[in-house]
Amino acid sequence: MSTPYAKLPAWADYGLIPLINLAVAFIVAGLVVLLVGENPFRAAVILVEGAFGRGQGIAYTLFYATNFIFTGLAVAVAMHAGLFNIGGEGQAYVAGLGVGLVCLALDRVVPWYVTFPFAIAGAAVFGAAWAFVPAYLQARRGSHIVITTIMFNMIAASLMIYVLRDILKPEAMQEVKTRMLEAGAQLPRLNWIIELFGTAKIRSAPFNVSFLLALVMAYLVWLLIWRTKLGYEIRTFGFSQKAARYAGISEVRVTIIAMLISGALAGMMSINAIMGDQHSVYVDLAGGAGFIGIAVALMGRAHPVGIILASILFGMLYQGGAELSFEMPAISRDMIVIIQGLVILFAGALEHMFRPYIQTLFASISPKSVGLAAVKGEGA
Amino acid sequence: MSFFDVIIQTLDSTIRLSVPLLLACLAGLYSERSGIFDIGLEGKMLAAAFAGAAAASVFHSAWIGLGMAILVSVSLALVHGFASITHRGNQIVSGLAINFVAAGSTIILGQAWFQQGGRTPALAPNERFEAIKLPGADALRDVPIFGPIYSELISGHSLLVYVAFLAVPFTWWVLFRTRFGLRLRAVGENPAAVDTAGISVAWLRYRAVICTGILTAIAGAYLSMVQSGGFVKDMTAGKGYIALAALIFAKWRPVNAMFACLLFGFLDALAIRLQGAPLPIIGKVPVQLMQALPYILTVILLAGFIGKAIPPRAGGVPYVKER
Repeated sequence: MSTPYAKLPAWADYGLIPLINLAVAFIVAGLVVLLVGENPFRAAVILVEGAFGRGQGIAYTLFYATNFIFTGLAVAVAMHAGLFNIGGEGQAYVAGLGVGLVCLALDRVVPWYVTFPFAIAGAAVFGAAWAFVPAYLQARRGSHIVITTIMFNMIAASLMIYVLRDILKPEAMQEVKTRMLEAGAQLPRLNWIIELFGTAKIRSAPFNVSFLLALVMAYLVWLLIWRTKLGYEIRTFGFSQKAARYAGISEVRVTIIAMLISGALAGMMSINAIMGDQHSVYVDLAGGAGFIGIAVALMGRAHPVGIILASILFGMLYQGGAELSFEMPAISRDMIVIIQGLVILFAGALEHMFRPYIQTLFASISPKSVGLAAVKGEGA
Repeated sequence: MSFFDVIIQTLDSTIRLSVPLLLACLAGLYSERSGIFDIGLEGKMLAAAFAGAAAASVFHSAWIGLGMAILVSVSLALVHGFASITHRGNQIVSGLAINFVAAGSTIILGQAWFQQGGRTPALAPNERFEAIKLPGADALRDVPIFGPIYSELISGHSLLVYVAFLAVPFTWWVLFRTRFGLRLRAVGENPAAVDTAGISVAWLRYRAVICTGILTAIAGAYLSMVQSGGFVKDMTAGKGYIALAALIFAKWRPVNAMFACLLFGFLDALAIRLQGAPLPIIGKVPVQLMQALPYILTVILLAGFIGKAIPPRAGGVPYVKER
C-alpha cells in the first residue's frame, strides 16, 4: 500500500505534527472566543487556572480525565484494528446498566472492594455485548461498522430511557434514575493523594479509585497491542487487511475480539460516573465522553501514553471550562464541544495538512531525515 | 373525530416530520454517490437552522434567512470537502468534527448574540415560510374523501415542503439523466476511470458536497423557520443520523429515499400520536421502541436480512492520483 506522504523522523511524526495541529485547533477556538466578544488570552488563563490552580480543580480535572482515558483507549484499540468505533457513547451508556445491576444487587450486602470487581465485569460484559452486534455485522455481513455503531448509539439512548423510566426507577421518585446506591457501591475518593502535594483540603471532588483502574487498563492495552500475539494480529489487520489474510489471520476473529475489547473499555467509563460520582444510574450518563474518546485517541495517536496526556488535556478543558463559564457568562461549557470538534478536525481529518510544508522544511535542513535519497521523485 | 380524520391528521404530520429527513437524505445522496461519506449532515443542518433563524430575525426576511443558512451550510460542506478531498483525510472523522463544531458554536453564538439561553428570538410571520393554500383548497374541503385529502394533506404546507418533494424527481433527473449525474455516479464507483477520461475528480466531488450543503441548508431552515418559529439548541436531535439511516435504507436512490423518509416520518408521527396508547393486535408499544425503530430497521437492513444495501464502491476512500 503506498501512502501519498513520505516519512518523517519519529519525533516530528508523534510530537511536532500533533502539537502543530493542536495549536491550530486552539487558535481557531480563540477566534470563536473573539467572535463572542471576549479576550481569548484571558479565557485561556482562567481555563488553566480553573483546572490546575487549586487542589479542587486538579481533582475534578483528573475525574473527567478518567472518563476520557477509558473511552480513548476503547477507540484506540479499535483503531489499531482499522475499525472506527464511533459507538463508545452507546457502549458506555448500556454498560451503565451492567454496573447498575451489580451495584443494586450488592451495595447493601458487601463492602465496595467486593462490589468493584463485579462492577468491572458488569461494565465490560454489557459494553462488549453492545459492541458485539456491530462487530459481528461488520465481520460476517460486511455492513459498515461506523453506520451500525451510530445506529447502536441511538438505540442505546432509547433502550436506557425505557429501562430507567419503566423498570428501574422507584415509583416514588420524580427524576428518571435508579435509587441511590449505598456505601457498598461507592468508590473511595482519591483526593488525599492530591492533598499530599500540599494543596488545601479538597471538599467535594469526585476523583476516585476508578482513575487507578484507568491507568491499569492503559498499561494492559499497551501490553496487549505491542506485546502479545493477538495485538500483533490486530495491528497487522489494521495496517493491511490483505496482508493479514495472507498471513492466515482470521478477519472475523480479529474484528470481533478487537471490538469486544473496545466495547468493554468504553463500558468501564460508566463505573466512574455511577460508582465514583452520582451513585445512581441516570439518563445520559455517558454525557458525550464516548465521542471525546475519539478526539483523545486521535490526539494521542492511539498510544496509551498519548491517550492519558490527551485525556488530562480534555479533563482540563472540562473543568477549566466550568470555571470559565462563571467568569465569562458568554462562554458556556459548550465551548468544549467546539474545541473537541476542532481538535478532531485538525488532529484527525486534516492531520496531513501541514505535513508537506514540514517535509519541505526538513528536506531543506537535512535531506536524509526524510529519507529523500531512497525515494527520490516520490514524496513531497 | 372520525377514524378517517385521524388517518388524515397522522399522514399530515407524517409529511411534516419527513420533510427535514427527506432534504437531509437527498443531501447525503449527492455526497455519498460521489464517494464522499458524510456523517456531518446533522451538524450542517443544525448550523443552517441557527443561521437561518438568526438572520431571518435580524433582517426580518425569511429569504435572507434561507440565504444565510445556505451560506453557512455550504461553508461547512466545503470544510468537509477540503479535509476529505484536498487533504485526503478520514471522511468519518471530518464529518464528526463538523457535527461537534456546529453543536457547540450554535449554542455559544446564540447565547452571545441573543441572550435567550441558546434560542433565537421568536420569528414573526413574515420572517418564516408560511403555509401556502393551493387553489381550490377551501372549495373542495367538503367533497367526501378527496376533499380532506386535498385540502388537509396536499394543500396548506410551507413552500419548503413542496421544494423537498420536488427535489426528489429533480434529483432523480440530475443523477440519471444528465451528464453531471452520470459523472457524479461514476466518480463514486470508480474515480480512476473518471480521471482517465480527463475529468477532474476533485472538482466533481466539490460540486457534489456543495449540493449537499444547499440541501442540508433547506432542511435546517425548515426546522427553525417552518416547523418552529425560531432556533432551539440541539433542535436537529439526531435527524441527520436518521437521514443517514434512510439513505442506506433507500440504497442510495432518490425515489426510495422519499419512501424511506416517509416511513421514518410515519413512525415518528405514530409515536407522537399514540403516546404509549395500545395498538390493535400488537398491544402496548413503548414510545422508546417506536423512536428506535428507524435505527433498528436500518441495522436489520445492513445485516442483509431485507435485501442488500451496497454503498457506492469508492465511498469513503480518498482518491490518490497515480504518479
